[in-house]
Amino acid sequence: MTVWFVPRDAAALSVGADAVAAALEARGEHVVRTGSRGLLWLEPLVERADSRDGTRVGWSNVQAGDLSEGVLSEAAANFLGIVEELDYLACQNRWIYERVGIIDPVDPDDYVSHGGMAGLQRALEMSPMSVVQAVTESGLRGRGGAGFPTGIKWQTVAEQAPVPHKGDPVDAPRHKYICVNADEGDSGTFADRMLMEGDPFCLLEGMAIAAHAVGADRGMIYLRSEYPAAIAVMSDAIEKARARGWLGESILGSSCNFDVTIRVGAGSYVCGEETAMLESLEGRRGTVRAKPPLPAIEGLFGTPTVINNVLTIASVPSILARGPEAYAELGQERSRGTQVFQLAGNIARGGIVEVAFGISAHELIFGLGQGTKSGKPLKAVQVGGPLGAYLTADALQVPMAYESLAAEGAMLGHGGLVVFDDSVDMAEQARFAMEFCVEESCGKCTPCRIGAVRGVEVIDDLLASDAPENAEQLLRDLCDVMTQGSLCAMGGLTPQPVLSALDQFPEDFKRVAVRVDVAAQGVVHE
Amino acid sequence: MTESPIKTAEQIENLKGLLTPIAEREPGPVLLCLQAVQTHYGYVPEGAVAVVAEVCNVTRADAHGVFSYYSDLRKTPPPLISVRLCAAEACQAVGGRALAAAWGEACAADPNLAGATGTDEPVFCLGNCALGPAALVNDQLIGNVSVEALKSAVAAAQNAAEASL
Repeated sequence: MTVWFVPRDAAALSVGADAVAAALEARGEHVVRTGSRGLLWLEPLVERADSRDGTRVGWSNVQAGDLSEGVLSEAAANFLGIVEELDYLACQNRWIYERVGIIDPVDPDDYVSHGGMAGLQRALEMSPMSVVQAVTESGLRGRGGAGFPTGIKWQTVAEQAPVPHKGDPVDAPRHKYICVNADEGDSGTFADRMLMEGDPFCLLEGMAIAAHAVGADRGMIYLRSEYPAAIAVMSDAIEKARARGWLGESILGSSCNFDVTIRVGAGSYVCGEETAMLESLEGRRGTVRAKPPLPAIEGLFGTPTVINNVLTIASVPSILARGPEAYAELGQERSRGTQVFQLAGNIARGGIVEVAFGISAHELIFGLGQGTKSGKPLKAVQVGGPLGAYLTADALQVPMAYESLAAEGAMLGHGGLVVFDDSVDMAEQARFAMEFCVEESCGKCTPCRIGAVRGVEVIDDLLASDAPENAEQLLRDLCDVMTQGSLCAMGGLTPQPVLSALDQFPEDFKRVAVRVDVAAQGVVHE
Repeated sequence: MTESPIKTAEQIENLKGLLTPIAEREPGPVLLCLQAVQTHYGYVPEGAVAVVAEVCNVTRADAHGVFSYYSDLRKTPPPLISVRLCAAEACQAVGGRALAAAWGEACAADPNLAGATGTDEPVFCLGNCALGPAALVNDQLIGNVSVEALKSAVAAAQNAAEASL
């Protein structure tokens, strides 16, 4: 029987994948819904498995109307040939994303037959401390942006005794928690979403490994409300994992008891900061906590808590299954293993690229991404989300790794690269960075809460002023106060896009046309 | 949908019946309860925050503080059809600002469109950053979106809403 594969990933759905699947099924074809391969400019990308060896061939940008004349033909102009031989995929080294786009994300058998659960099985044969040791040896660091060594974080939690929830009596049940940060609010990033929609069991397996390693009994996934498809797939996967004994009492027959629940966010960007996320998980306003105490010692409901990003946790199963040495061999300096880069914005071939650290931004954007979508010259790339610096076209030879980006005054963040062509006005982008901070500041720190409002005003002054030097000095002073005086990255890093725009593109802050345009717009989001 | 405050004893009891199991089962239940109220009514009606406070055993001020913090939680009924355009950087890079302006003009020129869709807040990132500009019409995510695509999505949503009445 011929098997067809049509993605159910939200990005594919956004360009008509559901109608394509329905049209194939209406013709009596057997259709399996998968995640997306991450070649997003080709979506909906429909695949067909060879009935003998399972090799998959594909067709790009299929629309339901294309199927009215019959099923897809290999003579068609949009026929891609063997999908895994496409250059964009062939050059990748997929560890986290090894099954995404290939399997039915909510079929446990498909998961196991493609190598799923091997990491957890291996972990349960090891002592908890050996699992922590293996994660430390792999060199894995937090993929949410901060880059903290995962093994050290786990070790700290493993060394704590479980405690009752804060405020509960001393004889109440004692807990430790694994909290997964799936509040992927950075523009230009979608790797958490695609992993959750394409291979949710991988995240659950990683959480169970973490639970075994640190002695946690409860897990929570903080998933943003803007991702309804991911919420649906994860919820389905949790139910199925419980039914399989992959979650719950004595996981896979071991002594490990661990269950996972999802909590949905409520539209606050700053809840992606780990302590604000804890506040939100506890049902309160998502304001940032001062550290110490570290969440590893006193985290969710006052218990020792591992907080990891989706990609960090999802890296763990394959690290254990294939061995930490193989992972640590990849990358450069203290950036070991693979990173899931996300090519976004004005780019011809946008999508997911999982490769070892050290590839240059230039290779990602011009080699794989093939430049801007508009065909106009590239002017700037924002790396690492809305708090990341803007790089010029001349600065793109920088290797993508924690240390090399920091040396350029930039940051890796969650691995997103947003490309802009030469129609972008960098003064407008700098102003937007401040506006975004006005909207999303939690309000705890004055430099962030008030500084962002002043930032918008000062940029407007700078653009309208006859003596911009004074306003520019004021803006630089303000950025200094925000950087030094804010508890978290919201206020602390908002100056990064602002100052990089000002330093790299000073001409955009001097054009008369810009002044009129920006001043006329006023504050957009009221 | 019209506003209807929670004020009669029966309404309060019904709401408590919805929220008490959540508060008894879950630690830190205030946000969960507010989200449950919104799922049930489409928004958080006047009077509901006080019930949430009572059920969760926190002060009204604390419950209101949570309610007012999160942009998802609405104090008025949602528009019949929600249209939210992504206002973040990746969509800006492919004409998001121009699209928002053009959509505003289209709504201003067509009272039916404006009446059906109301004025929903922009959203910062829908996770569709390689296929922008992106928009959410009710629960449907749309990539490579244009004013024409928005109009036909709104029309389809209107038909679906009428069919369900």
